[in-house]
Amino acid sequence: MPKVSLRKTYGQTLLDLGRKDKNIVVMDADLAKSTQTIVFGKEIADRFIDVGLSEQDMVSMAAGLSLTGKTVFASSFCVFLVGRVYDQVRQSVCYNNANVKLIGTHSGLGVGEDGSTHQSLEDIALMRPLPNINIIVPADATETARVIEYVSQHHGPYFVRLTRSNLEQIYDKNYSFELGKGSILRKGHDISVFAIGAMVEKALEAAELLEKESISTAVINMSTLKPLDRQTILDIAKTTRAVISIEDHSVYGGLGSAIAECLSQNHPTKMKIMGIDNKFGRSGSPDELYTHYGLSAKNIVIEAKNILK
Amino acid sequence: MNNSTPSNPKPNDLHFSSQPVMNHEIQVQLVEITKKIRINIIKIISEAGSGHPGGSLSIAEILAYLYFRAMNIDPLNPEKADRDRFVLSKGHAAPALYSALALRGYFPESSLLSLRKIDSIFQGHPHRLDIPGVEASTGSLGQGLSMACGMALGYKLSGIPANVYAIIGDGESQEGQIWESAMTAGFRNINNLCVFLDYNNLQIDGKVSEIKDITPIKDKWEAFRWHVLEINGHDLFEIEKAVQAFKVQQQKPTLIIANTVKGKGVSFMENNVDFHGKAPNPEETEIALKELRNA
Repeated sequence: MPKVSLRKTYGQTLLDLGRKDKNIVVMDADLAKSTQTIVFGKEIADRFIDVGLSEQDMVSMAAGLSLTGKTVFASSFCVFLVGRVYDQVRQSVCYNNANVKLIGTHSGLGVGEDGSTHQSLEDIALMRPLPNINIIVPADATETARVIEYVSQHHGPYFVRLTRSNLEQIYDKNYSFELGKGSILRKGHDISVFAIGAMVEKALEAAELLEKESISTAVINMSTLKPLDRQTILDIAKTTRAVISIEDHSVYGGLGSAIAECLSQNHPTKMKIMGIDNKFGRSGSPDELYTHYGLSAKNIVIEAKNILK
Repeated sequence: MNNSTPSNPKPNDLHFSSQPVMNHEIQVQLVEITKKIRINIIKIISEAGSGHPGGSLSIAEILAYLYFRAMNIDPLNPEKADRDRFVLSKGHAAPALYSALALRGYFPESSLLSLRKIDSIFQGHPHRLDIPGVEASTGSLGQGLSMACGMALGYKLSGIPANVYAIIGDGESQEGQIWESAMTAGFRNINNLCVFLDYNNLQIDGKVSEIKDITPIKDKWEAFRWHVLEINGHDLFEIEKAVQAFKVQQQKPTLIIANTVKGKGVSFMENNVDFHGKAPNPEETEIALKELRNA
């Protein structure tokens, strides 16, 4: 099956929503062609605001716009939208409980050849402690569309973390997104793999490989990082012997940390957190990078066997 | 206690549209409001034991003018859709804002004495979700201007003919975000935005002109395509003239350089950087209140 672009889906979904909902305002900071907000901007120019290279101004201004009743989408690469603008996200958006949707279209190693300066491996860790904001990491284009529709209809701050790479379609068109609900893609009783974003397809691939070696593997897409679906985590942990988490993000403060926080306090479970461990990224194609940093189906298999020993 | 001050003016009593020229009677009332704002600032910061008196005292006239004469607002309906808005970008001057809001009728004056206490809605810096009349949570400098600019643009997009006012500090003008926002508002001709620069030339570490001089400030804002005026920020007539000029000009956002005195009205606080972020002790409080009442 051909892989599909999350950001193209994002741009098109925004345009569809913007045609119907006149309250939607879209902002960008000179990356509209990359983030694909240009699709909205070309048709709905009066509600498209490209502030140029001024991410701080964009995010605070988005908060101000939202306080007059607008639903504001502000987009950039995660490294800028979260890292560079963290204080504005905290004070202007979250503290004001502003109706601002922060959509990071490029994240993690998935950014690829641009290299480390553009690969945010810390954004989830930075966003998780902020009150009022919810965090969603869609796993394919279909989920991206449903999530963008969802956040446009629900008040308050949201951070949606997309990836630059095209991803395999996990869901069909009947998929409906539910905030705070992990989606069990595959059942299993030996090991469970919790994954987000581009790692979901790798987890599914690993599950196939493990199945061949008679290791029954559950795969869960934990697209909502916040609020965390503790119930599903506990239910799954209780029916498998060990848990693996995998994310295109640092092992500090992301999906793995969130699951470990939940399990250690409620149902201590053997666990392996897969991600980037105390390193910056580098240039390369996303798949080369995932292999280089150990984020491959093959590595999931190795870690699964290790932890089940 | 000075008993000659009138009771709290009713909403819209002094509103611009009902009396286009500031006559003597209006001026006297505004002076009294200014005085009350200053007295409250000292009282509540003293009671709290911490806070920022200097930069609160310097904006009393501007706030009195905006809340009692310039802005179309209704304390009984603080969320009305076509209201004018005010954003205190220099959020540390919160005691001045709280005072103006209380006097305008958003909440009782007596509640201000809870400033900075554990169960109070009045934090050291203003929080929109807690306090009626506060339009944006501010305190991290530079962000209020961008938020005000966003509000002004939001009104324009919605076709609502309302204005957005803000006060920024001179120290705050060293923040990069101020200039990002200045460039956006100037480029986009956000002409329903009126910003006062509280130019008292003192910041925490010393004189603005010595820490990182912001001059030539008028040239800077003009270069960013703003309509720039310069006034004595303690002169109500000059404030009125500037706000009227803002209201009639159609092209650009307006920046009013308000030359002010930090700590204005209290002799030992005036131009004294030590009172940027320090509460007066009981003896100092007594002297300050006496000076303000007799002013």
